[in-house]
Amino acid sequence: MSAIPTRADVCAVAVAECFRGDGEIVANPIGTIPMVGGRLARASFEPDLLMTDSEATLIANDEAFDWGDNKLVEFCNPYRSMFDIVWSGKRHVMMGATQVDQYGNQNIAAIGPYTKPKVQLLGYRGAPGNTINNTTSYWVPNHSPQVVCARVDTVCGIGYDRAAKLGSEAARFHEIRRVVTNLCVLDFETPDQRMRLRSTHPGVSADDVVAATGFELVIPDDVPETRSPTDDELRLLYEVIDPTDERGREVGE
Amino acid sequence: MTDKRLTEDDVVAELRDGMTIGIGGWGSRRKPMSLVRAIVRSSLRDLTIVTYGGPDVGLLCAAGKVKRVAYAFVALDQTTPANPHTAILEPHFRGARQRGEVEDEPYDEGMLLLGLQAAAWRVPFLPTRVGLGSDLFRDNPRLRTVRSPYADGEELVAAPALHLDAALVHLNRGDERGNGQFIGPDLYFDDLMLGAAERGFLSVERVVETAELAKEGSLHTLRINRATVTGVIEAPYGAHFTSCEPDYGRDEEFQKAYMATAKSAESWAEFKATWLDLSEADYQAKRRAAATAASPTVAAGARVREGDPGSSRGET
Repeated sequence: MSAIPTRADVCAVAVAECFRGDGEIVANPIGTIPMVGGRLARASFEPDLLMTDSEATLIANDEAFDWGDNKLVEFCNPYRSMFDIVWSGKRHVMMGATQVDQYGNQNIAAIGPYTKPKVQLLGYRGAPGNTINNTTSYWVPNHSPQVVCARVDTVCGIGYDRAAKLGSEAARFHEIRRVVTNLCVLDFETPDQRMRLRSTHPGVSADDVVAATGFELVIPDDVPETRSPTDDELRLLYEVIDPTDERGREVGE
Repeated sequence: MTDKRLTEDDVVAELRDGMTIGIGGWGSRRKPMSLVRAIVRSSLRDLTIVTYGGPDVGLLCAAGKVKRVAYAFVALDQTTPANPHTAILEPHFRGARQRGEVEDEPYDEGMLLLGLQAAAWRVPFLPTRVGLGSDLFRDNPRLRTVRSPYADGEELVAAPALHLDAALVHLNRGDERGNGQFIGPDLYFDDLMLGAAERGFLSVERVVETAELAKEGSLHTLRINRATVTGVIEAPYGAHFTSCEPDYGRDEEFQKAYMATAKSAESWAEFKATWLDLSEADYQAKRRAAATAASPTVAAGARVREGDPGSSRGET
């Protein structure tokens, strides 16, 4: 396959890479590109991952959407059962973030003062329970200083500074692995677990990322380019996982 | 044998101002909307609502019935090409919060489960790691931690029991004694809502003979026992405009129209006059007429019992 990878293709591969090494756990990517990327990981290098249908079952389909009556159901997974999985740690979730800061604190509850918010969002949802119990990554389709920001107004998902305050015992299951955005991949692999620029997507410079970030990122001397999909991965994306290019609707060029 | 059948208005007559009321379902899914509409029509006020919130919370806020919301989220589900259950913001709840009209008691989704379970089991709290380090401790002054009495001495969150004066849930089938059956994908936490409540009110798409329940679905779908149910309300399309799979899907067009009513006081007043200031029977007659006008051919393929379209099962 000789198609030139789109930004959305690269993002999907970057998401897939977040799940590398996870083995036989529930990969629970939320959002279009996360769902595509998670499926890509399972269809290629992490075949034992379990994945949801975004509702009440775990399904084995490689297709990311539109299963219709063709779901390959592996397990009945109503919300109650999902909490069993979360609290036992057998899960890596990729959530969205309206705000995320340099330690990976995430906000999806409200913008502005909580008691009378400027913008009421969804609520805390499951973010506190997710971050203290299982591995968490974030997907940001609109990397900007307002989203990847100096200070989140409400801490729903807890970051490394909060986890450190709790202590290594209480926070022993806490891990924020990556933040994948439309511009780059970020991680926390620094001595003080501040956010680091791990790679920039093809066509994006480190300066572009700095300009779109509301705090001082850790920038290594050499910032690699996010890897492009292999021919096999492109074939999976275009022919099996997301043939209608839903991923392209979430991230433009 | 007790026949517990009631009307929606009978249920409202059992409720009082200031009560704490749990509402079953999740987002725009299997909400007891006919009971919510009955509350909207009533003079009740200052309610505390405990729920995995959807348009139930939005409607009650817009109608001025709510003092406080205890919740992990209030969101609507919307179909997008990539996901039939994309969570989107609930405009009326959002407006009420941003104008400072309702008090807010936030929880994590799992913490809400534990609070209901604790109330149902009659213990004051259940321990969990959920919430540690988060701003839930800033925003919800009820929350406390507890230290393990065992050798580990670990400090955990004590998820407080969430006692309910009444619970309102909507299921697919039930009998007149209060046994309830869900035949959709997820029970959500409806059994815990009933367990946590002084009085439980169960609305169902259809009341059937007890002997019929086991024919409607597997034994595993019989998850509400009558000891937790005070009253049964037969409410075909009672979850409208939320979904009640597999009987019917979400009424996407109606939900869109509902969402648009948050834009101005005038549009809300018009919606209220058209769809809320009327009896449940009149609401359902209007809904049927609108659905038949929208797609007369589909209207022949009833999924409940009224010669009436639900949206397609393929939606999920």
